[in-house]
Amino acid sequence: MTAPLLSVEGVSVELPTPRGALRAVDNVDLALAPGRTLGIVGESGCGKTMLSRAILQLLPKRARLGGRVMFAGRDLTNLPAEALRRLRGPELAVVFQDPMTSLNPVLTIGTQIIETLQAHLGMDAAAAATRGVELLAAVGIPAPAQRLRQYPHQLSGGMRQRVAIAIALSCEPKLLIADEPTTALDVTVQAQILDLLAREQQRRHMAMILITHDLGVVAGRTDEVAVMYAGRIVERAPTSRLFAGMRMPYTEALLAAIPKLDSPPHTPLPAIAGRPPDPTRPLAGCSFAPRCRYADGRCRAAKPPLGDPERAGTLYACWHPLGLSESASA
Amino acid sequence: MTALLSIENLTVEYAVGGKALFAVSDVSLEVGRGETLGLVGESGCGKSTLGRAVLQLRRPTGGRVTFDGTELTRLDGEALRLMRRRLQLIFQDPIASLNPRRSIGDIVAEPLVITGVVDRGERERRVRDVLAAVGLDADLVMGRLPHEFSGGQCQRICIARALILEPELVICDEPVSALDVSIRAQILNLLEDMKRRYGLTLLFIAHDLAVVKAVSDRIAVMYLGRLCEVGPTEQLFARPAHPYTALLLEAIPVPDPTVKPAANLAAGEPPSPLDPPSGCRFRTRCPRADQTCADVVPELREIAVGQFAACHHPLG
Repeated sequence: MTAPLLSVEGVSVELPTPRGALRAVDNVDLALAPGRTLGIVGESGCGKTMLSRAILQLLPKRARLGGRVMFAGRDLTNLPAEALRRLRGPELAVVFQDPMTSLNPVLTIGTQIIETLQAHLGMDAAAAATRGVELLAAVGIPAPAQRLRQYPHQLSGGMRQRVAIAIALSCEPKLLIADEPTTALDVTVQAQILDLLAREQQRRHMAMILITHDLGVVAGRTDEVAVMYAGRIVERAPTSRLFAGMRMPYTEALLAAIPKLDSPPHTPLPAIAGRPPDPTRPLAGCSFAPRCRYADGRCRAAKPPLGDPERAGTLYACWHPLGLSESASA
Repeated sequence: MTALLSIENLTVEYAVGGKALFAVSDVSLEVGRGETLGLVGESGCGKSTLGRAVLQLRRPTGGRVTFDGTELTRLDGEALRLMRRRLQLIFQDPIASLNPRRSIGDIVAEPLVITGVVDRGERERRVRDVLAAVGLDADLVMGRLPHEFSGGQCQRICIARALILEPELVICDEPVSALDVSIRAQILNLLEDMKRRYGLTLLFIAHDLAVVKAVSDRIAVMYLGRLCEVGPTEQLFARPAHPYTALLLEAIPVPDPTVKPAANLAAGEPPSPLDPPSGCRFRTRCPRADQTCADVVPELREIAVGQFAACHHPLG
């Protein structure tokens, strides 16, 4: 295994709220090698976006960050602002969910791309404009030279997201974080954008973190998947292994709750009862225990650690993992 | 099955900056009593406008909507108001559709107040019944405000409010798209339960084909204001006749890594409804399009038993 490009070590994020500290991310460890794709899956409020903000050092000012974020040998958590600024673009880039709010509405597409290239790569205006056209063409925007003169509102949602991706890719980052990049888009456009990200990721040998709530999105497009629940990673495994045999009951329930294309209409869905716990009131045991059909006294009393007891590359945080006989799990 | 709702040649146009926006063009559909018709399409295809035009919340510019023998498009004022008791609507954003300053008890009782149920005791009894039916504990929720509830619970409250007048037809406009996967399944199951319990007919509007499949007896597919295909759910999924239906099916991400995502999906995006393509509106993205598609608007015709497609070159 190659040395990781990114290594997240014991990262926690706490946000102060009127009702007390909210532990949005709870002691997360992750590693990502160059050129690999990691999917982070979870429902709203599970901490997946806060984790990505912690990696990017884009947390809200009032947030308290614990742990280390090692990127290409440097700890991002104690880099000065200027050093971080130089990393963003050529090393680290991000694509957000809503391209309407991530693009500046009063500047043309061209200005936004050209300014990125000038600021980070020191290109002159003419070279940057030429490169801008190439970038827009690379992300599948028709008539790129005309598009450079347009404003974000003149583009469709899918085209705006392509522009955001072009800007993110413009400085050839080593790591791209895509945070729900297709959630705001229609299904046929979603497929095109995911294809585009996969193609560019492979072509540039770029590492990518794909954050989504949709297990369907990560299934065909990632090397590894981490499932988050209530601020923690509860299961992490190579994608094919995860889908072949999930150990964590939450992952299984999440997959089961998705309507299947091959089941007949009016098939009742195996819904997960209840809802995630209040993040300002952490539970002593497993956070999923109140909704889990396998939970017992042990689950409510003690938090299961994330580990790889089978030594097979699947990490999970569960006292009663699925698919194993009781003797093996004890 | 007799049609409870019948939509004939429905057209809705908006004026945008002096130009006509063709939101719904010449759509005809029937929904049988007790049936769930799923209406799918991407943003801007006119599916929500169609739902609103059925209720006459947006007056159609052409065509007719008939509900249980009465032509809604001819009604107005008091007659329309009385008829609307039998039709209800559930929206996408459950939190935004509840008044943040009113208690849940008041919100759910309001349709009763409006329709003149003056007896407080009866109102409370009916509110309690319907809250219990949607899986909420009336004692715990009636005095509280919407912000105290999660999105899934707010959608249960919206469903309770829609059902309290015991309507016959409920139009669900993207009722689960704002909800998390685990909550979405709960609400879909609830809608199915409520349909049985109250003998409802549903027009279920959504962009997610898998969600629509889970609840619908028949599915109608719209693209840029026009109907592409209508048919029984399983038949339409197994043998889509319209290339757009096939594209939608291929684009769904499947939660199984052994299924590789379909490569080379039809490129491009839906064109602007301000300036739709001539002939078949899907032709600019369709791999089968030829000159006929540019010249002639395809009529909806029967491809297989009960399955209709508006395409000059249907699949299969």
